[in-house]
Amino acid sequence: MTNEEIKNFITSVAPSATFDETGEWLNVLAEPATWKELAQRLRSSSEFQFDYLFCLTCIDWKTHLTVVYHLSSSVHRHTIVIKVKAETANPEVETVSDIWRTAEFHEREVFELFGVKFLHHPDLRKLILTDDFEGFPLRKDFEDPINMIKL
Amino acid sequence: MYTQTEIIKDTTSNGPEGELVINVGPQHPATHGVLHLVITLNGETIKKIEPHLGYIHRSIEKMCESLNYRQFIYVTSRMDYLSAHINNLACAMCVEKGMQIEVPARAKVIRVLMSELTRIASHELWLGAMAMDLGAFTPFFYTFREREMINEIMEDTCGARLTMNYMVPGGVSIDLHPDFQQKVKAFVKQFKERIGEYDDLITNNIIFQNRMKGVGILSKEDAISYGCTGPVARGSGVSSDIRKIYPYEVYDTVEFEEILETGGDSFARYLVRMREMSQSIRIIEQLIDNIPEGDFQAKTKAVLKLPKGEFYTRVETARGELGVYIVSEGATSPYRIKFRSPGFSNLSALDHMVRGSKIGDLMATMGTLDLVIPDIDR
Repeated sequence: MTNEEIKNFITSVAPSATFDETGEWLNVLAEPATWKELAQRLRSSSEFQFDYLFCLTCIDWKTHLTVVYHLSSSVHRHTIVIKVKAETANPEVETVSDIWRTAEFHEREVFELFGVKFLHHPDLRKLILTDDFEGFPLRKDFEDPINMIKL
Repeated sequence: MYTQTEIIKDTTSNGPEGELVINVGPQHPATHGVLHLVITLNGETIKKIEPHLGYIHRSIEKMCESLNYRQFIYVTSRMDYLSAHINNLACAMCVEKGMQIEVPARAKVIRVLMSELTRIASHELWLGAMAMDLGAFTPFFYTFREREMINEIMEDTCGARLTMNYMVPGGVSIDLHPDFQQKVKAFVKQFKERIGEYDDLITNNIIFQNRMKGVGILSKEDAISYGCTGPVARGSGVSSDIRKIYPYEVYDTVEFEEILETGGDSFARYLVRMREMSQSIRIIEQLIDNIPEGDFQAKTKAVLKLPKGEFYTRVETARGELGVYIVSEGATSPYRIKFRSPGFSNLSALDHMVRGSKIGDLMATMGTLDLVIPDIDR
């Protein structure tokens, strides 16, 4: 499976997506509005079969947040990286936990550490931190004078 | 997280349909660390399991953002402490990938040898601890007999028995101890003689088989969907060995098999780990007499700077796929680092695996998930 074929497929589902091929794998910058449908199509398409979500994380770029999904196929062994942009003030991204069930835990982790709300998530609660914890520790502007994380 | 009064309330009162909520952990001998499970029971049948994490969360990812590329590797020994070598290797490989450092042949072989010894040591500890969960105390002493030999080999070379900090960007930090080959050969000889004892004691034990067979079944589709890797996925028939699929270091030059079982139950996962130990021995035997001479470390700059970009490496630890994702802005420390730990994904499948089974089967299922809590919490 070449990157060109994957690009053509993604463009046919989400025309607004842009690509970046400078890294090891094909990077896809998807719009939040089209992401859910794109995810469903990538998973269900027999040609590509991206059935294995092996990494889900988030990056704080200070001006905005990026949710990063590393997808791979256990059949065809190709890998792509999907990036979905979210605002810093009120980040909202559609959940993919109904498509890849591992996302349920990973999204809960990103929710508490970055504050990204995953819409329609079945059980979006804090997983690691205490319920009364305030702030999002992995954001760049997080400061905690008592429990120093910076060394 | 529950406040203290809520925990007491939960354990004593029954829910609307006669459900009972019990807390296992965070301090419980069978969770092997500070894992807190809130279990909803109906009689003896498990209705729901909710893991509550974070009792040993040190925010390693945030810490790494203020450490440089030589320092951050030492923190990762504290994630999956039973696979310390392999965690260090993943980080070193990620830095090498970013800086395009060519690792000397000798270092590559040493790294693979250490990784496989670590894998055996980790599986030995898992075997002893799992048997103890099920009420058998003796196997613990059998497995620690062999594990102790590996720990001594590690101590000779790295000076540590648990947090190794041996792999560095460019190779390994110091050369092998002069006795290394001789001691490894003695270990291999003893292990091959005694692995039959494990089968006599545990594998062929009818009590053990009755506890393990048909328990905690995970189908192939679910294993992929939950992102399970390592022996958990391979017990369900998912080919997921990174050493085979994306070979790193010298794994493409040695002969070994990827162990697959199709049962998907606890016994299948048990068999995968048992047979994996023999495969690791096979790799060690092929390499121990063929360690190339030469440098053990490539010459690198004093200050490491990764170019702007994103780098991802994955390795096969004793528990599954460990991914290291570094986002670099061209500075001396990572802008963002993510550790994709195998235990986190494997734990997420626990609720699905034990729903509807008896609470006694929970320990048999958790035992074969081989959870290491600092690896889940990070």
